[in-house]
Amino acid sequence: MESPVEIIPHAGGAVGSSWLMIALPLLGAAVLLLGGRRTDRWGHLLGVAMSLGAFAVAVASFVELLGLSPAERRRGIGLFEFIPGMADLGLLIDPLSISFALLITGVGSLIHIYSIGYMSHDHDRRRFFAYLNLFVAAMLLLVLSDNYLGLFIGWEGVGLASYLLIGFWQFKPSAATAAKKAFIVNRVGDFGLLIGIFTIWTTFGSLAFRDLGADVATQASEGTLTAIGLLLLVGACGKSAQLPLQAWLLDAMEGPTPVSALIHAATMVTAGVYLVVRSGAFFEAAPTAQLVVTIVGVATLLAGAIIGCAKDDIKKGLAGSTMSQIGYMMLGAGLGPVGYAFAIGHLITHGFFKANMFLGAGSVMHAMNDEVDMRRYGGLFSVMKITAVTFVIGYLAIIGFPLLSGYYTKEGIIETAMHHNPVLGWLAVLGAGLTGFYMSRMVFMTFFGKKRWADDAHPHESPAVMTWPLIILSIGSIGLGAFLVLGNRFATFLAPAVGAPAELPETHVFGVGPAALATLALVAAGAAFAWMRYGAAEVPAVAPRGSFLTAFARRDLYGDALNESLFMRPGQWLTRLSVFFDNRGIDGLVNGLAAGIGGTSGRLRRVQTGYVRSYALSIFFGAAVVACALLYVGNM
Amino acid sequence: MTTHYLVLSALLFAIGAVGVLLRRNAIVVFMCVELMLNACNLAFVTFARQHGNLDGQLIAFFVMVVAAAEVVIGLAIIVMIFRTRRSASVDDANLLKY
Amino acid sequence: MGEAITFWVLAVVSVAAALGLVFSRKAVYSALMLGLVMLSLAVLYAVQDAPFLAAVQIIVYTGAVMMLFLFVLMLVGVDSSDSLVETIKGQRFWAMVAGLGFAALLTLGIGNVLFTPAVGVGQVTQAKGGNIPALAEMIFTRHVFAFEVTSALLITAALGAMVLAHRERVRPKATQRDLARARFSGPQPSPLPGPGTYALHNAIDMPALLPDGSVSAKSINRVLARHELEDDFTPTDPEKAAMIREALAKGEAEEREHGVEPEQPIQAKDAVIKEDGQ
Repeated sequence: MESPVEIIPHAGGAVGSSWLMIALPLLGAAVLLLGGRRTDRWGHLLGVAMSLGAFAVAVASFVELLGLSPAERRRGIGLFEFIPGMADLGLLIDPLSISFALLITGVGSLIHIYSIGYMSHDHDRRRFFAYLNLFVAAMLLLVLSDNYLGLFIGWEGVGLASYLLIGFWQFKPSAATAAKKAFIVNRVGDFGLLIGIFTIWTTFGSLAFRDLGADVATQASEGTLTAIGLLLLVGACGKSAQLPLQAWLLDAMEGPTPVSALIHAATMVTAGVYLVVRSGAFFEAAPTAQLVVTIVGVATLLAGAIIGCAKDDIKKGLAGSTMSQIGYMMLGAGLGPVGYAFAIGHLITHGFFKANMFLGAGSVMHAMNDEVDMRRYGGLFSVMKITAVTFVIGYLAIIGFPLLSGYYTKEGIIETAMHHNPVLGWLAVLGAGLTGFYMSRMVFMTFFGKKRWADDAHPHESPAVMTWPLIILSIGSIGLGAFLVLGNRFATFLAPAVGAPAELPETHVFGVGPAALATLALVAAGAAFAWMRYGAAEVPAVAPRGSFLTAFARRDLYGDALNESLFMRPGQWLTRLSVFFDNRGIDGLVNGLAAGIGGTSGRLRRVQTGYVRSYALSIFFGAAVVACALLYVGNM
Repeated sequence: MTTHYLVLSALLFAIGAVGVLLRRNAIVVFMCVELMLNACNLAFVTFARQHGNLDGQLIAFFVMVVAAAEVVIGLAIIVMIFRTRRSASVDDANLLKY
Repeated sequence: MGEAITFWVLAVVSVAAALGLVFSRKAVYSALMLGLVMLSLAVLYAVQDAPFLAAVQIIVYTGAVMMLFLFVLMLVGVDSSDSLVETIKGQRFWAMVAGLGFAALLTLGIGNVLFTPAVGVGQVTQAKGGNIPALAEMIFTRHVFAFEVTSALLITAALGAMVLAHRERVRPKATQRDLARARFSGPQPSPLPGPGTYALHNAIDMPALLPDGSVSAKSINRVLARHELEDDFTPTDPEKAAMIREALAKGEAEEREHGVEPEQPIQAKDAVIKEDGQ
């Protein structure tokens, strides 16, 4: 068992100026948002430039970090005192955060470039790039911060950016609603995270990661650590769309497709996994919390897969798939240091192939007049070859086709889970089989079979600015997994940041263990079943009613219905009750008092007749009363 | 004798007060006020004699001076009101009411 | 004994006069009654060893204040008398209740007090060499500030009266030329016919006769005519009396037609008296 190494203060060099990674996109967002329409003409270029600049800084920092010995690879950069006596704002550049930074800036830059083409017809493109830059800045702050407070600021920043981007087409009521839903569901998770951070502060008196190393177990009882772990998990569930806070992700697909690719597939939704891995010390000291993490992961990976099987909307299908894949990551993150490398590795490869497929889906929609129903696609392979080929590469990667990215990372998670707990392992295998089915279904319905296009659809290949990012991402989808996993390259790299097991697992180019073979067999069966139903057979243009299970999956496993009956209706009743109490009780009291005083004054003012003689009479009576009183007192 | 003077003063005062309450002609109302002031003066003078010092007389003197000033201003106001409203009735000036 | 007689006589007189002040319909009578009360009180002051106050009472009250009252009465109409109808509900009843109650209360209160025989101010005044030197010493020593303030009050009152009674001239004063032009552009260039030319009367309240023996409406002094009508003092000749009534009604109708304050620039200089006299 190897613990994370000490954090070494650092200044100068590329690592020392890594704050530029956050500052550049933030500057871009500020210029574009404050500059207004003046920046319309070149706003998208500035956005891309800022993102690429951040990527350059990330690469430079990465190279500099590689030049250091593994024991020196955790560098802390102090920026400024933030809340005196509580937290200083600083950055932590270590293998974990730099991996995220590379993913965010790299994939982010590709998606920025893609968006130039995708959003070219939108007259609000500048605003879109401003929000994208804001997102990149917030996400980098989240992963680079060296304490929980900075992490929380980034956490809320990405929540805001997500809200703004889901509701980017806010003139569509569905988009506005989806944005609000995402925001509110995230509030629940953020609340958990916030209480978790409070608990950490009161328990350990510090929020900095440097003070919260492996020795936390000696400073607090296991109950406290479990509570902290579970509270952090609530935050992670909200951000990463894990059960039971999964409901917002499917609706979040109302946003523009690049947003879905960047935020709701590649980066932001994986922040929960980052949080769990970064807080590994707490989870490793609290097995109960770890177990809950794995259970949540497995439940979500199955739920996401089941939802993905039933969706006809290509983006919602991919969203279900995202849920499912993040479930795998959660499962990995819940398995301790052995799983961290696979979880983060799967996160990175997933960032590539899922962004690849989302952008491919966007390209298809771009070609099909924003049609999202896969039942209206079919036979697109012949008209948009680049999109189709890159999409198929992403597809093969995600289902775990041997030798492609997803094969290694997902297989690693499944193997580790199998070692840890066979039940979890076999459920993960089942999920892999479902993945094989629903992803094959998506590919067959979209690119193969008969053309079921709408009458006015004239599909065409997308411009180069959109296809090049697809090509680059698909290269990552092919080779990145093998590069990271074989020889435990990534696990060794991450070890200084997250620790490593005493013995790293063996890796094979092609696994022959029972789990690996079973997974392959199930995936093949799923793909074959999908070919039977959607490749070879006719796909009806209107969805058939389907079985009870289909309806169950189509309605997102009744997640919304559950939320509605458990929280929304009682909330509405409470609101109505409060309104009733306010109207009748409080307002009644106040209004009654006011009416009483008003009525009394209305009668009393009649005394003011305007006749001076009436007033004189009352004065005279008053004088008589005073005289009476004086006489009475005098005679006493 | 003091009691007699004081009772006379009280009677005159009450008559003046009733006059203020009953008459509507502003000038007559004013005269009634003067009557009340004079009644008070009588009481002051009586008390001065009763107690054997001149303070009462002095106060009565000041009352007269102030009453003179008051009459001047009051009558000027009455004349002005009459000029604009063509009426010296105190009941006609009743706009300041609810 | 002499004081008792004086008191009882003056008490009866002053109470009666005060009642007369309150209950006489005509304001002039009220004013005269008030004068009577004041004179009675002056005498009572003198009886009570306050000769200075008695003199001041007569000079200031009976002289200055009463004159002011009478002047104002003249300005706002000597003849104006109150209507006997009470407009405020319950006012008369409650005023009487309050007045009687108050009088009874004070009388009872005073009657309950046992006074020692009066000390009298004789000792004090003799020590100072008379009532006036004694008062003067008090005024100019202990009460000198109040006295000076009183003088300020009087000056302020005088100024106030001037400001209140002053009327801003809204148009330039009519010259003789304006007056002549107005007269010749008006309906009556010639002087109005003079008052009556009866064999027996040439008094100012008698209207002039036209050649046909009828009354000239223009010669009727409306102020006098109204008084005569009120007092039933019309000429014995019913025809002439009717004519006077008719002329009066006509004049008043004309006045109403032209509004309460007719536009008469020519008479601007004596407008105050003319208008207020109506």
